[in-house]
Amino acid sequence: MNRRKFLALLGTAGVGGALAAPGMAAAKAHVFPGYENSYGVLHDVTRCIGCRQCEEACNAVNSLPQPREPFDDLDVLGVRRRTSAYQWTVVNQYTIDDKPYFRKLQCFHCNEPACASACFAKCFTKNPDGSVTYNGEQCVGCRYCMIACPFYIPGFQYDEPFDPLVQKCTFCKPRLDKGQLPGCVEACPMDALTFGRRSDLIRLARKRIEENPGRYTDYIYGEWDAGGTAWMVLAPASKETVGKSDVGPAGATEVMHAIGLDTHLGSQPMGELTYGALGTVPLIVAFWPILFGGLYGISKSREARNEMRNKIMRAAVRQDMAAAMDDAVRRIERQQGPEAAEVARQALEDAVEERRQAALDASRFARKEDH
Amino acid sequence: MAEHYDIPMPTRDQMLNLTPFFRLTPGNIITYIILAVGLVVTVMRFTLGIGAVSNLDDNYPWGIWIGFDLLCGVALAAGGYFTTVACYVLGLKRFHSAVRPAVTTAFLGYFFVVVALHYDLGHPLRLPYAFFYPGTTSVLFEVGLCVATYVTVLFCEFSVMPIEWLAHRFPILRIFHKLITKTVILLTIFGVTLSTLHQSSLGSLFLIAPGKLHPLWYSPFMPMFFFVSSMAAGASMVIFEGMLTHKGLQFYMDTNHAKDSKLVTLSFSRAASFILMGYFMLKLIDMIVQNNMGYLFSGYGVLWLVEMFGFVLLPALIYAKGARDGNEHICQIGSIITVLGIIFNRFNVSIIAFNWHLPAAERYFPSWHEITVSVFIVTLIITVYRFIVYHMPVLYEHPNFRHHG
Ligand code: SF4
Ligand code: SF4
Ligand code: SF4
Repeated sequence: MNRRKFLALLGTAGVGGALAAPGMAAAKAHVFPGYENSYGVLHDVTRCIGCRQCEEACNAVNSLPQPREPFDDLDVLGVRRRTSAYQWTVVNQYTIDDKPYFRKLQCFHCNEPACASACFAKCFTKNPDGSVTYNGEQCVGCRYCMIACPFYIPGFQYDEPFDPLVQKCTFCKPRLDKGQLPGCVEACPMDALTFGRRSDLIRLARKRIEENPGRYTDYIYGEWDAGGTAWMVLAPASKETVGKSDVGPAGATEVMHAIGLDTHLGSQPMGELTYGALGTVPLIVAFWPILFGGLYGISKSREARNEMRNKIMRAAVRQDMAAAMDDAVRRIERQQGPEAAEVARQALEDAVEERRQAALDASRFARKEDH
Repeated sequence: MAEHYDIPMPTRDQMLNLTPFFRLTPGNIITYIILAVGLVVTVMRFTLGIGAVSNLDDNYPWGIWIGFDLLCGVALAAGGYFTTVACYVLGLKRFHSAVRPAVTTAFLGYFFVVVALHYDLGHPLRLPYAFFYPGTTSVLFEVGLCVATYVTVLFCEFSVMPIEWLAHRFPILRIFHKLITKTVILLTIFGVTLSTLHQSSLGSLFLIAPGKLHPLWYSPFMPMFFFVSSMAAGASMVIFEGMLTHKGLQFYMDTNHAKDSKLVTLSFSRAASFILMGYFMLKLIDMIVQNNMGYLFSGYGVLWLVEMFGFVLLPALIYAKGARDGNEHICQIGSIITVLGIIFNRFNVSIIAFNWHLPAAERYFPSWHEITVSVFIVTLIITVYRFIVYHMPVLYEHPNFRHHG
């Protein structure tokens, strides 16, 4: 458990009281199976020449609309572009130590995809072949998947009024099923894209780094980042990293940042950051009613106690008053005769009744202010 | 006994009281202009698509329709659970007259959150799909489930008001009325449970995007921050609305309501002051623990400091002073600043500090259509609220249903 996850648990524990412990089980559960023999692609940035043939192939095999600039227009490389609903892969130019490099952007096909854990209608599937695919038929169009994807990959058909869908690279799933390579991989003239089993690709990347330590930064982007991804990136060495072995995410930060990759995502799947919070849901559901029911019980019994005390006091006062009145009337009877006593009794009773009425009215307000 | 002055109460023969809507007051004229423009934009949104009316793009899939209509809408409707818990669970009967207006606003608030959501969703009609294909790993699923259930709870709590209005004509409704008044405590506890869950989950929504949200706002504690600030929002909205109703709807108030409202304002101010103070401390500690001091000396740092000192600490102090001096007006100023502060905070989290590392050219600013829709929704809430107050016993006790809770 890393620090961030621990804090996440604490954070929700602030809401869930001291009940974080059972929530941990939820935080640890792996929601997506890590498929052993899944495929991936290794993109070797040092080999990429920015020819955009992968873009063109992607466009063709997926029958995407023609872009405004033709694929042989290499000026667009200088503009920072991102994937969209109609461009599932783009190649951008970056600079490391004043030298130009190119990187191809597309869905990373994460092992435990953020988009999939964020989708509340279960539109995304992580398939055993490694691809992450999307089923638009149940998509509500909330676009939370786009908020969640740490790589800014999914695009939305904003221009589509009635059936707008989220779109992204499918790893050419239909082609994989037919035993063909992804369109881009097949088109790349430089062998900058290598298709294979993910575990083999990691070995291959290690070998390339080992054989040519001056050429590469010793960090395979996607091996662990965001919980691991099927598509991984091998970056060139910079002045900082050249000759250093196993630089780790911190050591690779600068180079990766230069080619637009974030090394701060952590090695946990992104969805796990929310599982701690979700884990407290059943606890709140279980304990809140008890807590507030208890508070209600306390306030009710306090009310009942007050009521009872008031009743007893009122009865005592009434008895006192009756005794005093009796006493007074008897005295008057002795001194002034029964007639005067009768008048006095009537007067006293009227006065008491009047006061009782007045007190009743007042108590309505008093009750409000008292509680 | 409640005095009714001469509240224009609907009777069996005169069920409707629409004259206030036909008066040519500036308020009415502005309302009708906004509603007209809003309708036009609504038609545009549902015929031309989201892209045609909004500045949303792939980097900013969520704009003010989520940042304001959803996040602020839900937070500012927190008065419902806040007031019902204070009155029914804690037995603070002196807040009784505040319950009905708070429940009404909460119900309208949530109802229109759902309405507004339809503008933002690509497939609004598929909203129920979330329950057919439940994505149980999604925070949004939990939010959706809680909000859907809570709207139902609020509808039940609210229903006693229309029933008291319609009971002249449909006496059968009295049975339902009795049922609701008997179960009010259950509804309240159910409501506060659901509120705790989804108020905090709105904060959890952003937990999944640590790389996109600025570290001064991103925190594993976001769920708690959202929940705690929703309490302050709830208390402040009750005070804020109390101020507004006294300015326009005072003819629909009985003496009890008018008398109690000062007490409600002062007590809620005291509570809000405590909550805001606690919230301020929590945020401060979080900032220090996460080692974010360095960020304070940037543009975002200034923004954060303005939010924390101008919109959290300041209103906390204003509330404290107002409550101690027994000065309603000071408290009302506190409530205005808190409400603005909640909006400011939700905007910061969902829009301003979101995608903070993107170059300025790729940042989002809402289109006039988007702003129109948000203003349209708020205007609708106000208009429906007025309709309700003109017809139903919200600010007065109905003589036929006294002491029914
Ligand atoms: S890169 Fe983004 S869209 Fe692709 S699988 Fe990962 S989270 Fe999903
Ligand atoms: S936009 Fe569609 S795919 Fe993305 S999270 Fe929402 S329902 Fe799922
Ligand atoms: S086809 Fe190969 S070399 Fe050309 S831009 Fe794409 S990845 Fe780079």
